[in-house]
Amino acid sequence: MEAKNLLRVALKSILKSRMRSLLTALGIIIGVAAVIVMVAIGNGAQKKVEDQIASLGSNLIVVFPGSSNSGGVRMGAGSINRFTMKDVEQIKENATLLKCITPIVSTGGQVIGGTGNWNTRVEGVATNYLEISNWSLASGEFFTEKDVISRTKVAVLGKTVADQLFPNDDPIGQQIRIKNVPFRVIGVLASKGQNVMGADNDDIIIAPATTVLDRLLGGRYISFIMASANSLSQIDQAQAEIETIMRKAHNLNAGEENDFTVRNQAEITQAATETSQVLTILLASVAGVSLIVGGIGIMNIMLVSVTERTREIGIRLSVGARTSDIMIQFLTESIVLSVTGGLIGVLLAFGITFILNEYTSQAAYINPQIIFIAVSFAGIIGIFFGFYPARKAANLNPIDALRYE
Amino acid sequence: MENPSDKNIIKIVELSKTYRVGDLEVPALKTIDLKIDEGEFVAIMGASGSGKSTLMNLLGCLDTPTSGEYYLDGINTNKLTRNEYAAIRNQKIGFVFQGYNLLARTSALENVELPLMYDRAHRINNPAEKALEVLRRVGLEDRIHHEPGQLSGGQQQRVAIARSLVNEPSLILADEPTGNLDSKMSVEIFGLFQKLNDEGITIVLVTHERDFAKFAKRIVELKDGKIIKDHFIKDRLFAREELIKIKEEELA
Repeated sequence: MEAKNLLRVALKSILKSRMRSLLTALGIIIGVAAVIVMVAIGNGAQKKVEDQIASLGSNLIVVFPGSSNSGGVRMGAGSINRFTMKDVEQIKENATLLKCITPIVSTGGQVIGGTGNWNTRVEGVATNYLEISNWSLASGEFFTEKDVISRTKVAVLGKTVADQLFPNDDPIGQQIRIKNVPFRVIGVLASKGQNVMGADNDDIIIAPATTVLDRLLGGRYISFIMASANSLSQIDQAQAEIETIMRKAHNLNAGEENDFTVRNQAEITQAATETSQVLTILLASVAGVSLIVGGIGIMNIMLVSVTERTREIGIRLSVGARTSDIMIQFLTESIVLSVTGGLIGVLLAFGITFILNEYTSQAAYINPQIIFIAVSFAGIIGIFFGFYPARKAANLNPIDALRYE
Repeated sequence: MENPSDKNIIKIVELSKTYRVGDLEVPALKTIDLKIDEGEFVAIMGASGSGKSTLMNLLGCLDTPTSGEYYLDGINTNKLTRNEYAAIRNQKIGFVFQGYNLLARTSALENVELPLMYDRAHRINNPAEKALEVLRRVGLEDRIHHEPGQLSGGQQQRVAIARSLVNEPSLILADEPTGNLDSKMSVEIFGLFQKLNDEGITIVLVTHERDFAKFAKRIVELKDGKIIKDHFIKDRLFAREELIKIKEEELA
């Protein structure tokens, strides 16, 4: 049969049995649309998570003291403590791209109070620490600038510490002793859970940096500096700015190496990558399952419809159609149906995505790759399962095809 | 392959067909011989199960024999490939079924055009015109856009006959063409066959009614897969006359 005739016969036969064609196409339409929309929702959710992680403090910049160089043997970062409160002041005064900055004075030791004792980490920080680390208080209050200046012995407990020392009581207002120095508990931090390395974020006590320096350490060096850039896009510039300020503050000449290290975002980015990877795997498997289910639907309808048409095949064979004529006819029909259904499915997916974005809080982004995968998968299944049973019927003796019930 | 000295349009030699039902072998035709010449009008008769439909299907190249040889228009069909078989069905034979076997929801015209679409030789230039012409020949020129569902049984069978004629075959085979029709319509259909035969077309048909068989020129009787009688008809009936009789009976 000529191509023109072939297409005409295919279209006619599709239109002749509207219900059957509609059902077949519907399988493809829904399969394709469902997969595209689902992955679009997944992409939307992924982006949302990434946004949230970014807002949790990925604008973070950390400045570590540099490594020492003793007799040619280079020691690790922080092997010589060279940061003082003056460095923090310098950055604070000169930086233009930073939202806030805090020193971190790290120590640790045995803490006694309430019903027991506990070995934990103690960090001396500035008043804006909660903002930089995107943390919040569960109860009580944080220390103020006044506490920092007057080196007040006040402490804010992490959730784990609060639970260990005061399992039954409210820790606010209670006395604890950190390395035998008495502190008053003024607040409890909200739980932050584990960090990306699996360590407990809540196993910590926060106090004013000055208090920790003077009352606990008796020194003037701070462990490192944490700062927060104005925005994610400015983070590299802000990092460069800090470097410049620090080099100037430490009187380094042009050729000299930095005696400090500036890092940003590392842990946060890692967390984000891990989260989105898990999400992607999850969505990909759900998408895969729904594609297969959609494919089985198409398969069923095609198998039934071709079986139903065995008599038609018999009639065509009896008037002289070759096996190949029959197969080409069914192939043409399958392709027309699959392509039309696939296109309608894509349009439907765009429509649903538009509605989701406009009228619900659920963000959805269509991925062009998924359109391609979904349409070709549905198409291949539609074509194969239209073609295969037709081939079987076309290979019968005409009389057997005609007698088929 | 072609043998000009052979005037038989159909020549079968020791043809057998055995159906297999599970482990059971059911012989439908037992080594029969038959020759039919050009221009003949043969009625094949026999009780149900006598093998007459099996014979028709073999003659129509719709089925393949278990053993024996079948020459159609001098061509040995045993040696043909599937595609050559299809070409024979398309160009040499017009087949009329008891159940019409028209494509549903397809107009009479398109049904009749169907064989032309599969004619790779393109012997007919204008399929639509040719289809119209044969529909006119069977008296259905005012029903060409009707679908089978909108036509009576007799009209559907006329469409099927038109379809069998459209490729200008040398042979028309009809398997109980009037089996689903009342007697008046049946006589009309036989009238059509007589007319076509008068125009030179060879016709072989199956019927189980002796009255209708008398419209043919020769009767071949089958029983249990064997030919038991083969004779020419002396008191042949003519559909034109029979129709006048039926009309008179209706009036009386």
